[in-house]
Amino acid sequence: MLGPMLGEAWHAMGSNRMRTALTMLGMVIGVGSVVLMMAIGQGAQFAVAQTISTMGSNLYIIIAGTTQTGGARSGGGFGFTLRVADGEAIAELDDVKIVAPVHQGTQQLVYGSKNWSASVVGTTASYLDARAWALTSGYVFGDSDVRSATRVALLGKTVVENLFDPGESPVGKTIRVRNTPFTVIGTLAAKGQNLDGRDQDDTIIVPLTTAQRKLFGVPFAGSVRSIMVQASSAEAMPSVEKSVTALLRQRHRLRDDQDDDFYIRNLAAAADSAAETTRVMSMLLGAIASVSLLVGGIGIMNIMLVSVTERTREIGVRMAIGARQRDILTQFLLEAIMISITGCLIGLLLGIGGALLVNAITDMVIVISGGSVLVAFGVAAAVGVFFGFYPARKAAALDPIEALRYQ
Amino acid sequence: MSEAVIRVVGLGKSYVTAAGLFPALKGVDLTIDRGEYVAIMGPSGSGKSTFMNLLGCLDKPTSGDYFLVERNVAQMPGDELAILRNRTIGFVFQGFNLLPRSSLEDNVGLPLVYSHIKREPRRKKAREMLARVGLEGYANSLPARISGGQQQRVAIARALINSPSLILADEPTGNLDSHTSEEIMELFGQLNDEGITVILVTHEADIAAHARRQVRFLDGHIVSDLQTSGRGSNAC
Repeated sequence: MLGPMLGEAWHAMGSNRMRTALTMLGMVIGVGSVVLMMAIGQGAQFAVAQTISTMGSNLYIIIAGTTQTGGARSGGGFGFTLRVADGEAIAELDDVKIVAPVHQGTQQLVYGSKNWSASVVGTTASYLDARAWALTSGYVFGDSDVRSATRVALLGKTVVENLFDPGESPVGKTIRVRNTPFTVIGTLAAKGQNLDGRDQDDTIIVPLTTAQRKLFGVPFAGSVRSIMVQASSAEAMPSVEKSVTALLRQRHRLRDDQDDDFYIRNLAAAADSAAETTRVMSMLLGAIASVSLLVGGIGIMNIMLVSVTERTREIGVRMAIGARQRDILTQFLLEAIMISITGCLIGLLLGIGGALLVNAITDMVIVISGGSVLVAFGVAAAVGVFFGFYPARKAAALDPIEALRYQ
Repeated sequence: MSEAVIRVVGLGKSYVTAAGLFPALKGVDLTIDRGEYVAIMGPSGSGKSTFMNLLGCLDKPTSGDYFLVERNVAQMPGDELAILRNRTIGFVFQGFNLLPRSSLEDNVGLPLVYSHIKREPRRKKAREMLARVGLEGYANSLPARISGGQQQRVAIARALINSPSLILADEPTGNLDSHTSEEIMELFGQLNDEGITVILVTHEADIAAHARRQVRFLDGHIVSDLQTSGRGSNAC
């Protein structure tokens, strides 16, 4: 039964091409925009997820806090309240996986005739583990390098590109940082931008002690600007934050009425909020696009209603020669579904084409997932059934005698 | 030896109008045997159209019984009536009622769509029927490309395709000129000669004269039921 019915529906679609095409256009635009918007939204989510994954997971950064010394106040990161020994104590806490003291600043680098300004991170080898940062060549300095403040450096990709000629291997070469010679012992894998848009590869990593003694200078030996702490799991993060706070307050001998002299920044929270923002954005895009799908569906209903009225006589004839109510219902429903599915297919192609075009002319990341295609298709079929049902029902409920008499 | 194709007993039909219940048909009794050629006549408002709709299973009576090929169909549900219209009755309308955007072949084959016949046998049968009404070679034309008389032939071919027990023709020549009308009436005569029961609804005496029996309606009653000498005898 469905075979000849499909043929009939196809025939009916073809018999008024202009109108069918215009009706379809609503679905084409609806599905096309849903697919395109979902591709852009999911692309943004994907890009953020990528960026987040370069940061390292479950990280806290403890920053030396505000101090007030004789009226001169200095902001976070410039106090001297944190000590390397604090980090060692934190490492003993439950659920703390990695602790890495960090002293970061900007310095001018020189190699041969080239020079370049980059962020210098003084830390321990565990920093690379916490950040999940791999090497592309060479090796990582060890604890002995940190203890004896050796002048060795790991170079980020951007630094390598700016100081060395293409193809030149930096490992074993000597660069000068603030007139101190450093031996390059390794190069770091590319990480790209962080959430603030800063180039994470424009970095060199040196032992903490070397940075403090040779490059930045520290007034109190054993102090450090920040400590990176990695919790063993996302679930453990709140308890780690609590126990770190308690530990530091105790170690710094703060009275209950005194504020913390350090800040704890949750990098995961920043990442989560960035991810949440893009998720909301992509949902919003999808929702707006869905409105056009709805409008397309209403267009189908409108045309099907016109079509039922126009073909009242035909419906009467069909009933007179033996069409049952459900035959008429099926016929008009199939017509609506075929219009919406054909429109959906065209919309899919246009949406994917549009997404590829956006990808080609901007450097926006585009993700076309099978899921979003399937959803668009399912929604289109549902729209066809939903908006086709009322007109089809109206057609099926016609009285054959009235319908035959209809002029 | 003759069996009743149609037997109606006390058939009545009332319509609900603003003025109250309006009886269009007031207890009609009639029997039509296989192979008969009957003209149903009467002025407008006489109840003949109501009677025709009931005979055609397009409507249900408010009282009485209707036996179509020995089955009481008076209170059958809609879907079963649709099957009867499909298999047992062939309709021919005044306005031809062909589907304008379908080929003649598809028009003629349309009843078979609702009998679930596949495309190929459907087309084959439709071509046979077109040949039977003298329109071989027109299978792929559209209705608008042929004359009114030819369109009515196509409609007759459509009515015949499921080998119905009777042909029900409602003013089949109403939209045709007198010459074409004669041709169509000749075709009905021919079909009747082949044994097909033909029921003709008309208000034109010279068209009714082709039938062998004339049943006249007035005010919802049958006022006369005459056997006549049959077609051709008083043709113009």
